[in-house]
Amino acid sequence: MLNTKPSIPANDPLANPEQKKLIDEILEKNKNLPGATMVVLNELQSRIGFISEAMQQYVADKLHVPVSSVHGVVSFYSFFTTTPRGKHTIKFCMGTACYVGGMPQLIDKAKSLLGVEPGQTTPDGEITLEVCRCVGACSQAPVVVVDDKIVGRLRPNKFPQVLRTIQDNKQ
Amino acid sequence: MKYYRSHVLVCVDPECLQKGAHELVDALQDELVATGLIDEVQVLETSRIGGCSLGPEMMVYPEGVHYVGVTPDDVPYLVEEHFLKGRVVNKFQMPTTKIVDEELGAPTQKEVRIVLRNCGKIDPENIEDYIAEDGYQALAKVLTEMTPEEVIDTVLKSGLRGRGGAGFPTGKKWQFTRQAPGEIKYVVCNADEGDPGAFMNRRVLEGDPHSVIEGMIIAAYAIGAHQGYIYCRAEYPVAVSTLNIAIQQARNLGLLGKDILGSGFDFDLEVRMGAGAFVCGEETALIASIEGRRGEPRPRPPFPAVQGLWNKPTNVNNVETYANIPQIILKGPEWYASYGTEKSKGTKTFALAGDLNHTGLIEVPLGISLREIIYDVGGGIKDGKAFKAVQIGGPMGGCVPAEYLDLPLDYESLAQAGTIMGSGGMIVLDEDTCMVDVARYFMDFTQDESCGKCTPCRVGTRRILEILTRICDGKGQDGDIELLENLCQEIRTNSLCGLGQGAPNPVVSTLRYFRDEYEAHIYEKRCPAKVCRALIRYEILPDACTGCTVCARNCPVNAISGERRQTHVIDPDTCIRCGICMQVCNFNAVVIE
Repeated sequence: MLNTKPSIPANDPLANPEQKKLIDEILEKNKNLPGATMVVLNELQSRIGFISEAMQQYVADKLHVPVSSVHGVVSFYSFFTTTPRGKHTIKFCMGTACYVGGMPQLIDKAKSLLGVEPGQTTPDGEITLEVCRCVGACSQAPVVVVDDKIVGRLRPNKFPQVLRTIQDNKQ
Repeated sequence: MKYYRSHVLVCVDPECLQKGAHELVDALQDELVATGLIDEVQVLETSRIGGCSLGPEMMVYPEGVHYVGVTPDDVPYLVEEHFLKGRVVNKFQMPTTKIVDEELGAPTQKEVRIVLRNCGKIDPENIEDYIAEDGYQALAKVLTEMTPEEVIDTVLKSGLRGRGGAGFPTGKKWQFTRQAPGEIKYVVCNADEGDPGAFMNRRVLEGDPHSVIEGMIIAAYAIGAHQGYIYCRAEYPVAVSTLNIAIQQARNLGLLGKDILGSGFDFDLEVRMGAGAFVCGEETALIASIEGRRGEPRPRPPFPAVQGLWNKPTNVNNVETYANIPQIILKGPEWYASYGTEKSKGTKTFALAGDLNHTGLIEVPLGISLREIIYDVGGGIKDGKAFKAVQIGGPMGGCVPAEYLDLPLDYESLAQAGTIMGSGGMIVLDEDTCMVDVARYFMDFTQDESCGKCTPCRVGTRRILEILTRICDGKGQDGDIELLENLCQEIRTNSLCGLGQGAPNPVVSTLRYFRDEYEAHIYEKRCPAKVCRALIRYEILPDACTGCTVCARNCPVNAISGERRQTHVIDPDTCIRCGICMQVCNFNAVVIE
């Protein structure tokens, strides 16, 4: 029989014994839940950081669902990503208040400073830019979320400071 | 339970966290230990109190003193004055005129708090705090004194309507689900609050999770369900963890699980997380998502009340709807129905945002006018500018102009004005807002969030976005307005779910009230509000420019030239009209022509 399953790339989380163990734990814990696919994928996304093609195949096998439906779910929801992200994420809130409050200018500034578009990661793998939906901190518009921290009332000329804080934390 | 003479509640919502709420908590703890008061004064973290714009903020009970703007350096003084000497420190007290949504500290007269009554007042991670505020009494009453029919009857009499937006009578929904044939039934709480600018549900979940849980148990008893799900969006990790703690505490006390309060009624709850899909706020899409599938809606009927989660009868209500239930049971349907208008009873929470002096969370009786909300509760428009419109109901809602300011806020009048109640987002726009740009913004949102299942929504929203973008870019053509109207009509009638049916609303309402702005864009190539980049030009006033070079240094495309201390000039061909120069100029020398 033809083997259609893709081989696992060497840099895949499944090829890393520690991460494989984590993936197995998540699957084992949730596999009997009704509607387990979403629960498992949510946990994989937050613990591993992304859901590779090989992982989708693996999840489908373990949960006894077609890989097409796992991939369907992964590609449907914006929280799931299939490639690794930067060490830090800067999310630009595109809620109404932030948009009206000058978010487009702020994104322009970020693009010119980092040389990448929202949705992309800087070549050094440090920072991923993202545009996100309202984070519910509208009174401080415009707002960016740096990793898990909210930075509000951010003017374009203050953006370099945000980048500096990220770099400082790194050291 | 340990007895403290005083409780300090520090707000840890995102805005206060940014302003150093955690540092404040640490400083308070340290100082209380140092002064030996740690056994008498308890420091707790809570959700929003209502003065975040002046944060970090804290409430001190039992006095009910609301302090704002306290830095760790102020803590020794504050602790000495307030807790040792027993004197209120006036300089940190919340100025009463600034208060937007605090019940205890002189709320605006127009507000009534039912859903938000405990927010900021209790420790959301401690079930005893909720019980002390009459929590779970309604559940006890329901389980011991009332039949399911009586519960449904009470909810029907209260006139409560679905707070998720559509406004379907809650009691009727429960009745349908109860009457639907089948042994297994479910209750689901829709906590997928996706509208941009709306955060009412998050505050309730983070500040008073047990009110939602109690409401769900009562609903489950009324319809005969034994399992419930709370579907919370992944953007709210704090709400998810607060809920999980609350559920565990309720289980430990026997308020969830087998044989609740010895009544023989079983019910348990589970939190399920979304993953960033706006359409999952639609009930059939939400159900698909809980089932672990793509969150795509399906045609109704059959309604979830008949065929919902795993094809079993399912009652889906919004967070705010459930949070109302315990109070309705305890205080009676007549009490609840005494608020509001003939057809829209009770109160509604709104998230006020936009160009207002006081933004934040409010709860007002239905029937209040928009003018009262914007000017009395919200303190009027920022910087003395003129009111232009208020966008109600999120991306499926519409913009309401000044002539409707005296409109009583209820489901029917809002529909008449071309918008919807929605979940409660209310964004106030001032005169500097371009309505075509606003319509384009919302269409960009819906177009992106359209799940793609049905063609009118998938293709139609994209076509509308293209036309609106064209108009904003100064390339609008004769006939575009008519084309938009036509498209909107088609999408509204032919889309599968509420997202598609409501998607044209921002365009339809702005066309209805601000048609002249569309015409100015298309025929005069002019943006009256000076927002659309392709139709404006930035210039530097020679008289006001001091030659400080700050604009030139901040310009992302180096379009500004000029020597230090000399008037600067913007090259219109290089300029991308990002507006950064205008924002950074300290002398208001940059203007839009």
